[in-house]
This record gives sequence, C-alpha cells and structure tokens, in this order.
Amino acid sequence: MLMTALCLTFIVFFLTNLYPNLEKLAKNQGNFRMSDEEVATFLENRGYLQPLPIKYGQWLGVLPGYSIVGTDGKLREKCRAGEDITEPQTAFCGVLQGDWGQSTVFKDTVSSIIATRLGLTGNLMLWVFLLMVPSALLVGILAGMREGSGLDRSLSTFSITTTATPEYVSGVILIAVFSSSAVGLKWFKGTATSAMEGANFENFFLPVLTIALYGMGYIARMTRASMAEVMTAQYIRTARLKGVSFKNIVVKHALRNALIAPFTVIMLQFPWLLNGVVIVETLFNYKGFGWVLVQAAGNNDIELLLGVSVVSVVVVLVTQLISDIGYVYLNPRIKVS
Amino acid sequence: MEPLSWTGALGTILDPILYIVGPAFLALLVLRALVAGVMAAPTMRTNPDGTLSAVSGGLPVLIPRLSNWVSLALGLLVVAYLLAGAIMGAYGAGIIGGISQQLVPVWLSLIALFIASFTFKRRLGLYGKLFDSTIGMVGFALVMFWVFTGIYAGLDMLITHDPLSQVSGMKNKGPGTPLRGAAPEDFQWYLLGGDNLARDVFSRVLSGSTIVIAIAPLATLFAFMVGITLGLPAGYYGGKLDTFLSFLANLILAFPVILLFYLLVTPEIVQTGLPQFMAVVLFFFPLIFFAVLIHSRYRTQPRKNALWLALVLTPLFLLYMSAINGEGTKVNIWPLDFFDIPPGILVVFVSVVFVNSPTVFRIVRGLAMDIKTRDYVAAAQTRGERPWYIMLWEILPNARGPLIVDFCLRIGYTTILLGTLGFFGLGLPPESPDWGSTINDGRKLLSIYLHPALPPAFALLTLVLGLNLLADGLREESLRD
Repeated sequence: MLMTALCLTFIVFFLTNLYPNLEKLAKNQGNFRMSDEEVATFLENRGYLQPLPIKYGQWLGVLPGYSIVGTDGKLREKCRAGEDITEPQTAFCGVLQGDWGQSTVFKDTVSSIIATRLGLTGNLMLWVFLLMVPSALLVGILAGMREGSGLDRSLSTFSITTTATPEYVSGVILIAVFSSSAVGLKWFKGTATSAMEGANFENFFLPVLTIALYGMGYIARMTRASMAEVMTAQYIRTARLKGVSFKNIVVKHALRNALIAPFTVIMLQFPWLLNGVVIVETLFNYKGFGWVLVQAAGNNDIELLLGVSVVSVVVVLVTQLISDIGYVYLNPRIKVS
Repeated sequence: MEPLSWTGALGTILDPILYIVGPAFLALLVLRALVAGVMAAPTMRTNPDGTLSAVSGGLPVLIPRLSNWVSLALGLLVVAYLLAGAIMGAYGAGIIGGISQQLVPVWLSLIALFIASFTFKRRLGLYGKLFDSTIGMVGFALVMFWVFTGIYAGLDMLITHDPLSQVSGMKNKGPGTPLRGAAPEDFQWYLLGGDNLARDVFSRVLSGSTIVIAIAPLATLFAFMVGITLGLPAGYYGGKLDTFLSFLANLILAFPVILLFYLLVTPEIVQTGLPQFMAVVLFFFPLIFFAVLIHSRYRTQPRKNALWLALVLTPLFLLYMSAINGEGTKVNIWPLDFFDIPPGILVVFVSVVFVNSPTVFRIVRGLAMDIKTRDYVAAAQTRGERPWYIMLWEILPNARGPLIVDFCLRIGYTTILLGTLGFFGLGLPPESPDWGSTINDGRKLLSIYLHPALPPAFALLTLVLGLNLLADGLREESLRD
C-alpha cells in the first residue's frame, strides 16, 4: 500500500516535472514573453532543474530542501520560500514533516486549500451516500426478491438506465428539466455555488442526485444479483416450506446474507465517486476538491496537484482496506488466521 | 419561410392519439410495478390433470395485460411517426419528418439487418440467440442505429450542413428554424436548431457519432489485446509474474481517471512525445498476441506456420509502423508511412486504452485462474502441450462468454470516457463535434437554450444504454446454454 502510494506520487511528480510543463509554469508565474534562456534561469534559481529523484526526495522530506544562490545573487531556499534570507541553512521540509508546499495558483499553502475543499466535498459525499445507499439497496432488494417478476423488470431497466447515464448527461438533463427558464419548472437552482456557505434542498439537491444516480444503478444491480442468489438457497426454501410468511423470509432470513456482496461494491464505489465529484463540481460550479483538482491540473500547479493525488490515492487505498476487513466481519465463512 | 413545427401536418392526426396513449402508458407502467410489488402473485388453481393455471381476472392479471397492449400501441405510433415522416419529409411532417427522412439509409440498413438475422437465426450461434431476448434485441437495435448513423455520417450521407460551418443569423436559433439566405440546393432548415456559434446541432450530433463509432470499439479492442496478452500468463503461471503485473494494474486503477487524463492529455505532455511512446508500447500488443496465437498453434508445421505468420503479421506491422510514426514528431524512424493519426485523436486513443486495460487484465486473470483447474486443461498438460497453446487455444475460447459480455459493457464505458474527455476539453480540438465537447459547449447557456446540449446528451445516453442492454441480453442467452 505504501509502495503504491509512493509509486503513484512519483508518477505524478515525473509527469508534472516534464520540461514543457515547467516552462508553462515559469511563464505563468514570471511573464509570458520570457525567452528560453530566461525561463531556464528562472527555473534554475527556484530549484526546478535539479535531478528528478533529488527533487522528489525533497518534496517527500527525506532529503534536505534546496538552497541555491541564484544567478541574480539572491539566496532561495525551499524551506523558507518567499522570505528574504542571507544565511544558508540545512532543513528538511517535505510531506513527512507536514509541509505540503505552496500552491502557485491560489497563493496559499496546499494543506489549508486541501483542508477547506475536502470539507466541502465531504459534505457533498455525505449527502450522496445518504441518498444513494438506502435507495440502491431498496431497489436491489425489491427487484431481487422475486426474480423475473414485473417489478423486477421495471426496476432492473431503471438501474440499467442510470448506469448508462454518466454524470455530465444526467446533470445536463436534470438542470434542463428542473432549473432552466426554458422548461419553466425552476424547482431547483442550476448552480451549487451558494451551497458552499449554506447548503439547502434547493441549491444542493441536483448535484447530490446527479452523483447518486450514476452510482446507484451499479449497487442496485449487485444487490439484486446477490438477493436473487440468496432467494434460491436451500434454507430459504426450508423456511418457505415451514410456512414462514414472504415478508419475514425477506426481512429476517435473506437480507443479511444478501448484503455481503453489495458492501464490498459500495466501498469500491469511492474511487468512482471521485470522478463523479470532479464532473459534478465543474458542472454545478461547486468549488470543492474536484474543482481544485481541475484547477491544479489545468494550471500545472505541481505541489497542489501532488497534494490532491496523495489525498485521492489514500482515499482509494483506505477504502480497499476497509472493504477487505468489513468483508471478513460480515461473512462468517471467512476467518482471519 | 415558416419555421417548422415538431410534427407538421402529421401532428393533426397522430398528436391527439399520442396525448392519450403516452400518459396512459406511463400510468400503467407505474401501476404495474406497484401491483407486482404490493399484491401477491395471481392465485393458482389446480386443474384436474395436475397442471396449474392462474385464476383469470383480478388486478394482478389485468394490469400487465393492459399495459402490454398499450405499449404495443405506443410502439406502433412511434413507427407510424417515423414511417409517415420518412415519406412526407420536412414539408409535411415537420422536424420529426425531416429527421426521419434524413435517416432513411439507416432505417433501411436496420430493417435489412434484422430481416437477415431473423431468417438465419438458428445458424448464427450466440448472435442468433440474441434475437430470442427482447432486451437484447432492443439493445442491439439501438447500438446498430448509432453504428449505421456513424458510418453513413462519416460518408457524408446524412448530415444536412457542414458540422463546422457557421451561418450568420442562426446563433442559438430554436429547432426547425429556416436557414437564413439558403440557396435552393441547400437543406432549408436547421432541424434541431443552431448552437452558440450558429452551427447546425443536428449535423453535429450525427458527425459526433462517427467519432465515437470510430474510436470506442477499436480502443476497447486494443485494451482487450493488452489485457488478454498480460492477463493469461499472470493467471496461468501465477507467482512472481502475477504479483508484479497485478501490482502495476492496481497502480493504474488506484489513479483517479480524470487526474490521469489531465496529466496525459495536456498539450505540454503531447509536446514531449510521451503519448507516442505509450502508443509504441500499447499498439505492439496486438502483434505479440497474433504472433503467439499463430505460432503456438502451428509450431509443429513449419510451412503453415511461416505462411500464416507472414500473412497476418506483415499488414499488421505496416499498420503499426504507420500508426506510431509521424512526420515532425518524436517518433519518426520509418520511411513507409501510409497515414498519420491526428495527434489529438492519438492521445485520446492511447489514454483510453491505458485506462481500460488494467480492468480487462484483472478479468482475464481471474478467468484464467478459474479455468486452469478444469479437466481439459489437465488433459492438454498431460498431452504435453506448451503453456501458450493451453492459454490461447484451451483457456481463452472457454472464457469467451464473460469476455464478450464485458466487451459490450466496456465499449459503453469507453464512450463515457470519451465524453468525459470532451467535457473537460481535453485532447480533441475545441470545435470538434464529438458529444462530450458539444455537451460542454451547450451547458453554458443551459438555463435559456436547451436545444444545443440535449441532443448530444440523449445520443450518448441511448448508445450507452443500448450497449448495456445488449450486454444484458447476451449474458442471459449465454447462461441459457
């Protein structure tokens, strides 16, 4: 897991530190009419042209930060960026020391940007899960309890349709129907910008629904499959023959066993939801984590981008771990030896 | 000239029927679901000969029957709209008529395909069995509709205007607006209106389908080649090779897709030639695949082996070199360059293949691990067959069912990914008519003008839905064997 995280951040580091990307960064920060030599000295002075492994080590905090006397005679150090200094000093300042660096787009520290944006996205995800998981399980169980019935067919068609509708399609359709002046319903707001201060039903429901719909179909289909499988099991037949009512069979006997498989699926939905979050936050202009990712990637904001990828990779890996552990607890047949 | 209405003269007869049948259909659908969920299944009666039959009457029997009749009526009504529209054209039958008439080649091809498939249904294996399941047929019809549309639009047959040309005075005009200053030989209307740069929405949606139809299946095929070539040995041998390859696959899978796209598809990265080097690696897998496939089969017959290898690998190699080689780019080593892939398309293609192949790898690996314990594999091992023969000629054919189903689903997923790329304006040029870019253009004015954003959205939705339904039908039919 640690290995995966290290490899992934190194890949991001490598891709963002390719020379054309650095050139773009230099021109964004300095000015757009710099000549090639000026770009090279600009980058040289700020430590961007050191060998890649050394730069990566500095970012990680296992190597001391650079301390370079620039061609303009000024001393610059990674650990005291932006300060006017004359005495060189050796210091470690990387992710391991808790210093995530400085964003070049937002002119703020990466850790504070990520903290605030992650909070906003956390709020969004919370509501998505509150909406998505219960309704998906309900749809799946209702469809799976009588396989092949009319209810099953209509609910299955519904869940196939939602899995076939990516967020940028369902979002556009939902905005068109519920918030445009052309249709005239205007029940909800087409942007969620105001939801960043105070989220209410009117400005927050559409983005939540858009993400939830796409993820819902998949969970519902998994639940349906596992429910249908459980309903054909021997012990259910026994219960039926004993004369237990259908309602009791579903609620008391089948439900718990049918929920093992969907649990794993729900946990593995996290990485997919991250995609949805990026699309929906762009579509509804909700300035959360996904929006930051787009801004950082679009402007090659190296340290912010690295911070974003570390966070998302950690989220993915932790959910994988939780899903493995949870699976063991839910399923009595698997024992940790 | 008058703007077109949606249904024109046809509407005076058919519209009132639609207003009755449509709501009735929806109401019955909801009612049917409710009845099936709330009320018990129809009570059974035991006949004297020991068989069961439902007691007739009662809501649980009546409503599904009624609902079936109404949906049949609705289906007939839609066919009537399209058929009459195709005959009467835009003058008689409004926008629906105009669209239906433009699409006549597609309708004819669809009808021909379905008649042919029905006639030879029993001789066509799994494909023929697809026509036993309604869901599969609906999915197949939707997919083939877009495939034919994509092909014919690519041949310049269906589109009414150039998808890139702008006509002054047509900016954001609604559906059915007559073209300002149209010459007599021009098509007289913008059937689905004009977008914010005064281009024809209808033609752009159709041209967008060409891009999707060209890229999505091919990219999925490449992803499958990569996934199969790596997944089979990983699953069959296991051990260190498996650990290493699985680690790589999980590495790519743990990456958020959009971050990966942003890192790979920006113009700065294209400048470094990185996507081209990835293409060099990824496009090489089909060659390995076919070489091993043929060699493992005809290893003991050297003449046949050499013949087949030469026949298959020579054209593939030429295609490969032409695909990766580009004048004035980082990879420029081969003199016989037949065609150049536009750099935008190449980057999009490579990144989509790159994102898809780890999932295919995991599926193939799982299947191989399952199948290698079967008796016929043990038999082949006892016969002394080589490992690659067992993998490609014993395991792979027996894994085809799940792989075909996943192939359909994955084309749909690739379509969604292409749309995502377009939506973020990555890769393809900004004026490109692909659906993702068009949706992104249209969404900015969505609160006032709906017509530029909705048609591509529905196009993408129907194609992906069709692929999902098709996969579902295939799965059902292949399980039935």
